[in-house]
Amino acid sequence: MLNKGEILQTIEMISQQHLDVRTITMGISLRDCADSDIKKSCDKIYDKICRYAGSLVKTGEDIETEFGIPIVNKRISVTPISMIAEACTEQNYTPYAIALDRAAKEVGVNFLGGFSALVQKGFTVGDRRLIESIPQAMAETNLVCSSVNVGTTRAGINMDAVAKMGEIIKTTAELTGDAGGFGCAKLVVFCNAVEDNPFMAGAFHGVGEPECEINVGVSGPGVIHSAIKDMKAESFDVIAETIKKTAFRITRVGQLVAQEASSRLGVPFGIVDLSLAPTPAVGDSVADILEEMGLGSVGAPGTTAALALLNDAVKKGGVMASSHVGGLSGAFIPVSEDAGMIRAAKLGHLTIEKLEAMTCVCSVGLDMIAVPGDTSAATISAIIADEAAIGMVNNKTTAVRIIPAVGKTVGDIVDFGGLLGTAPVMPVNSCSTVDFIARGGRIPAPLHSLKN
Amino acid sequence: MTAIVTVVGKDKVGINAFVCTLLAEKNVNILDISQTVMEGNFTMVMSVDLAGCTQPISELSNALRTRGAEHDLEIRIAREEIFDAMHRV
Repeated sequence: MLNKGEILQTIEMISQQHLDVRTITMGISLRDCADSDIKKSCDKIYDKICRYAGSLVKTGEDIETEFGIPIVNKRISVTPISMIAEACTEQNYTPYAIALDRAAKEVGVNFLGGFSALVQKGFTVGDRRLIESIPQAMAETNLVCSSVNVGTTRAGINMDAVAKMGEIIKTTAELTGDAGGFGCAKLVVFCNAVEDNPFMAGAFHGVGEPECEINVGVSGPGVIHSAIKDMKAESFDVIAETIKKTAFRITRVGQLVAQEASSRLGVPFGIVDLSLAPTPAVGDSVADILEEMGLGSVGAPGTTAALALLNDAVKKGGVMASSHVGGLSGAFIPVSEDAGMIRAAKLGHLTIEKLEAMTCVCSVGLDMIAVPGDTSAATISAIIADEAAIGMVNNKTTAVRIIPAVGKTVGDIVDFGGLLGTAPVMPVNSCSTVDFIARGGRIPAPLHSLKN
Repeated sequence: MTAIVTVVGKDKVGINAFVCTLLAEKNVNILDISQTVMEGNFTMVMSVDLAGCTQPISELSNALRTRGAEHDLEIRIAREEIFDAMHRV
């Protein structure tokens, strides 16, 4: 029998500490939607998404009210569009993005991911066309998210793709300059991208995934923060144990929601993603947890160690709570989406270099970072290369979601609104990287033995 | 279906009667009640059976929330499974 204390603890987590299920994401294979006629292909895509995901939002809302747990986002991920669009001869794939956008709006989800290409070893014809189409596609759609995988631990890093993505990010920022470069907030460059990620903007439905599935992303930085708040004198052993137990509870809710959604929609359950995803709301911050461990500000020496402990404890607690764990599974550190990170970045306590170090021990990468509008494409590419190298060597997913803020400089603020938050423009090392990026080719895959 | 109702607010006369009447109107059967007042704050946790309830849980949830707010009470209802999931291995 449940006791009153346990019940009230759950209620407090939801009402005071922002416990929520961050997303229910339906992965849909579009492999049967290829057609040599782009219009027919787009129609097939639109019809299939509407057919499969027609009741996704309603089901999510029903679960929300019945179980009393907010489910913040209902989303869709699809097969990387480069693979589907390749069957047609069109040069510009923007119509695919528009069809996806229409379908997303029709079914009522708030983002759809999969305008994507996987080019870690090289480009196909479709990959090149898709990447060239990204700026226009991001500018002409609201809900479509794009991702490009430029490296893996097994294949190395495709430096031609890295160079290209620097230019694509710049162009996307310029085309969506009126909206603060919003297009770049929907565009992620990955190393070791995962196929079952429910989180945006990097979600796509991988080729090894089933026809359709439900993946769930949990959250709850506020709950973790609250759990360790009154533990000032405790050692790290106690902190780690407390985080593990709390993560277990959070993840059990995610697992329950995932199973319920899967059974109601008649779609197999894929994975629960054990991530701590912050929001700009006060009390929903990963930075606050790190500071609670004793740091004067996130970004101070010790931040990487604190984050390593947090990330590991969340996984250890979460793994036992779910039958299938996957996705990105780690603490996110998106600057613009975390009130504590925003504060530290504004004060200059948190730099891009420190964030890069932090990405060595957590999910996912340099995320939602605004840089001056005059940052060169080569510099952005070099930042991507560094981040991809961390992922490649450490056998983990890393990513770059960076926004060159057109017409803005260090100290200015870019406001994206909603969950995407507010980004202070951060300084970037401006030494030249032009010759480095111009080389092209591939950085070979690393050795998997001799591990020192 | 078993659900948990929680009522939180400032203590005053008649909260119990008000909530129980509200549930009775919807034909909700109360299985267990636990209630305390600490420093003037009222907290009640109820286990209820919704088998005979006249409306779906989503509508009941809205009704409890709205009617509760009229009396400065925060009334929530959620299926028992979420609490079990969180606190029982």
